[in-house]
Amino acid sequence: MNLEVKLPGLTLKNPIMPASGCFGFGKEYSDYYDLSRLGAVIMKAATQFERFGNPTPRVAETSSGMLNAIGLQNPGVDRIIGTEVPRLAEYDMSIIANVAGSSLEEYIFVAKAFNRTNEVHALELNISCPNVKEGGIQFGTDPEMAKKVTAAVKEASQLPVYVKLSPIVTSIVEMAKAVEEAGADGLSMINTLTGMRLHLPTGKPLIANQTGGLSGAAIKPIAIRMIYEVRQHVSIPIIGMGGISTAEDVLEFLQAGADAVAVGTANFQNPFACVDIIDALPETLTKYQYTSVQDVIDRRSVNV
Amino acid sequence: MKKRYEMKVLSVENIAKETIEMKLYQPEISKETVPGQFLHLLVPGFTLRRPISIAKVDKQEGSVTILFKIVGGGTSALAAYQPGMTIDALGPNGNGFSVDDVKEGERVLLVGGGIGVPPIYHLAKQLAEKNVELIAVLGFQSKDYVFYEAEFQKIAKTYVVTNDGSYGHQGFVTHVFSEVGAFDQYFSCGPLPMLRAITKELKDIPGKVSLEERMGCGVGACMACVLPTVDNNYKKICSDGPVFSAQEVVL
Repeated sequence: MNLEVKLPGLTLKNPIMPASGCFGFGKEYSDYYDLSRLGAVIMKAATQFERFGNPTPRVAETSSGMLNAIGLQNPGVDRIIGTEVPRLAEYDMSIIANVAGSSLEEYIFVAKAFNRTNEVHALELNISCPNVKEGGIQFGTDPEMAKKVTAAVKEASQLPVYVKLSPIVTSIVEMAKAVEEAGADGLSMINTLTGMRLHLPTGKPLIANQTGGLSGAAIKPIAIRMIYEVRQHVSIPIIGMGGISTAEDVLEFLQAGADAVAVGTANFQNPFACVDIIDALPETLTKYQYTSVQDVIDRRSVNV
Repeated sequence: MKKRYEMKVLSVENIAKETIEMKLYQPEISKETVPGQFLHLLVPGFTLRRPISIAKVDKQEGSVTILFKIVGGGTSALAAYQPGMTIDALGPNGNGFSVDDVKEGERVLLVGGGIGVPPIYHLAKQLAEKNVELIAVLGFQSKDYVFYEAEFQKIAKTYVVTNDGSYGHQGFVTHVFSEVGAFDQYFSCGPLPMLRAITKELKDIPGKVSLEERMGCGVGACMACVLPTVDNNYKKICSDGPVFSAQEVVL
């Protein structure tokens, strides 16, 4: 079955890619399977300088999900371009770089840096990380700020820009429209929701950062609802994510309005999650009378 | 390529308070495992896998024995497994203790705290096959939690310490260090406060520590379980460790 999807900058042999932050730079998972089976990979966030991230514990389990507060730990954009990108470029798949920052200048710096390599096919603009105090999310919660950073990164970069939206907003549609207007080539949604768990014997937060981003099956209906709403108002493509762990989940995201999907937390439960989903996708599409991934996109009821 | 295994449960035994010993069948893992490595177990209904350290292997039988403490819903569900059922496992994960670090004739101190005792037992069994003298200090909360004392006594001069003094020596594992005499190096596994106390007390002696931490992926990708190093860098507990040189990391 034809699973191919074409998006700005990306020709995906299938619509499945690991989500940023849940797959590192692919090295560890390349011990489990050939990464060339993936449609694309979204690398862990890159910042201007190396970041060590938050104190530990950085994760806690929840009902049907987990909280994380890693804090954008990464070796800095130069080392990512020098070491990680060339290694990922050995595989037959698209590479998307996640661009993070705590100021407009940092976003521009990181976005520009990726102009130096021909191996990255698109940027995912991370304006929605809830786990760093000084960074990111203020750009993702105010439509004017989101517009500003999107326009600046579009100007700085030669690559298509997918803006990753935070669900922690009053109107996701307003945010989506704002970044589309500012020139975004696509959307990536949703990032995590801020949550908290306490340790019963002490009454203190389980995560050292106190709060963390909630991911996993728990947030899937929120992602579906937001993608469905946004799809009716915005025409740029959407990479959908939030609790995907099966081919049925992928179909639901495509029906809701996504054009490709990212798999996050499921990789932790099953390191083969992405390839298991890719293997199961044709049968699932056939079961629901679809002939290809593009067929789902063409026939969904919510196209603008 | 690494695999995902279905491990068959051979036996499940409650060997001390809230402490389960479980024997699993998987010949490949039993052959590959070195002391200090762990299995990353999927418990249906729970998002994150549980990292559980390996207490011993039997290569002839193809078995791997793990020990865990019931601390919450996931470990309770794991404890309810019956012989014949299978568990989805990744492993053996991480880098363990190197038996080759110990030379013939050395005197070695082994320190285990609570559920940190099992990997130390696995190491002790392998060291016992060499011509080395072993001293073991095992720390538990109280008498009800004590396990593997007899197993250790067969291969090491063994001291048991309980926090409340209900069995053996009273206090912390470090309280008996003055009684054990001189030794060439040490190996330890247990909760972070215990490892901090040990490395402080034994700062001039070469040692290895094995860390416990909440993990995300368990394979080195998610950066949940990192630890600062003395050279202002970091290590990942799940994949660079869980065993580190005491001189290399900042606890």
